[in-house]
Amino acid sequence: MVQPLNYLKETPSQTAGPYVHIGLAPGAAGFDIYEQELGQDIAGPNAKGERIRVEGLVVDGTGSPIKDVLLEAWQANSDGVYPHPESTGETEEGFRGFGRVITNFETGEWGFDTVKPGQTAGRNGTTQAPHINLWVVARGINLGLNTRIYFEDEAEANAADPVLNVIEWEKRRATLIAKRSERDGQTVYRFDVKIQGEEETVFFDI
Amino acid sequence: MSAPAEFYQRDRRWHAPALAPDYKTSVARSPQYSAISLENTVSEITGPRFGHGDIDPMDRDLIHNYAKAGEAAIGERIIVHGRVLDENGRPVPNTLVEVWQANAGGRYRHKKDTYLAPIDANFGGCGRMITDENGYYSFRTVKPGAYPWRNWVNDWRPAHIHFSIFGTGFAQRLITQCYFEGDPLIGKCPIVKTIPDQAARDMLVAALDMNTTIPLDSIAHKFDIVLRGRRSTLFENRLEGN
Repeated sequence: MVQPLNYLKETPSQTAGPYVHIGLAPGAAGFDIYEQELGQDIAGPNAKGERIRVEGLVVDGTGSPIKDVLLEAWQANSDGVYPHPESTGETEEGFRGFGRVITNFETGEWGFDTVKPGQTAGRNGTTQAPHINLWVVARGINLGLNTRIYFEDEAEANAADPVLNVIEWEKRRATLIAKRSERDGQTVYRFDVKIQGEEETVFFDI
Repeated sequence: MSAPAEFYQRDRRWHAPALAPDYKTSVARSPQYSAISLENTVSEITGPRFGHGDIDPMDRDLIHNYAKAGEAAIGERIIVHGRVLDENGRPVPNTLVEVWQANAGGRYRHKKDTYLAPIDANFGGCGRMITDENGYYSFRTVKPGAYPWRNWVNDWRPAHIHFSIFGTGFAQRLITQCYFEGDPLIGKCPIVKTIPDQAARDMLVAALDMNTTIPLDSIAHKFDIVLRGRRSTLFENRLEGN
């Protein structure tokens, strides 16, 4: 026999289901209940850095957009600081770093406005390229999927990024690079998430 | 400040696999490639934080938070309470807990739900709260009804409340569902059965808690939630340092 370790086990995940909006974005479910819904303003009015929009689709294994998906974003500010006591540095007043977005029920398109994050510290003295952490939940997804949005115009930083370099297959790294364009004077990054099949997005076990 | 440390690795065999064919929707929504294992960085050990300024105290009274003045939601009045802990058994204080559910008839207030059971004019179906310094949370609601859904032709969801919990780092982010002790539909549910281990399924069943009931008012169920634990920095930790 051996002494018991007595760690608890994590509560198992269950799907967010088709009505996740009721809980996390009730306005989208068709009713107003809360004074403020959370995750609607990631950067706030005082954030420095480049204002950007990120948008895309989440596509299933048949190639069809998933229209009942919910995405959450977590990012550093333009100095590479997360608004959290374990991130070194200060963030601007009103910078939350957290975004929550659902899709258009008809088209599956989603998008959020923020500022482009800066580089952050990696492990063991390395530097991580600018990225937004993304978490995807929906009906049919039993455990939320973690991925990262990197930026096309950061080629040099991306090439040195310790996380992208963990991905053995170079061609799969491209699934994490958002494409940059301009629309009406605004910078727009396109980031489609492919849950399954050809060009399947890289997901991380974090 | 001591060096930040990683979260314990998530036990992926304890959770449902992405592909669970008896839950049909998972078939086209499950990645085919393995997730890439990533050691925690500052991006994973940090996470969104919320305070009492983000929510309203009424948000945790689902019986009244969408009801007209002087009215209340219809159904069995229940209190759901418990603690948010980590795998080390330590409380997770000041973390946001969000819940959503069907009404007592098994109908969601959602434009995509067309089930026959009627909408309750006084029930919205969502609530939120922040755990106290000991990791406790509690809310009042009506017990949700079971309802049919399109999976196999005659599948029924057991009564359940959806839970969303943040924890202190993005790596702890969790969405799950809470079921109620004694419900015969739990053992028949294809979504419950995506979880391979019976002991893991049992963690999702709230116990009837007579000690917390309010006599002649509300019955109570206790539902504790466990998030991933974190390493102690007994020895040098090189997560962020040189």
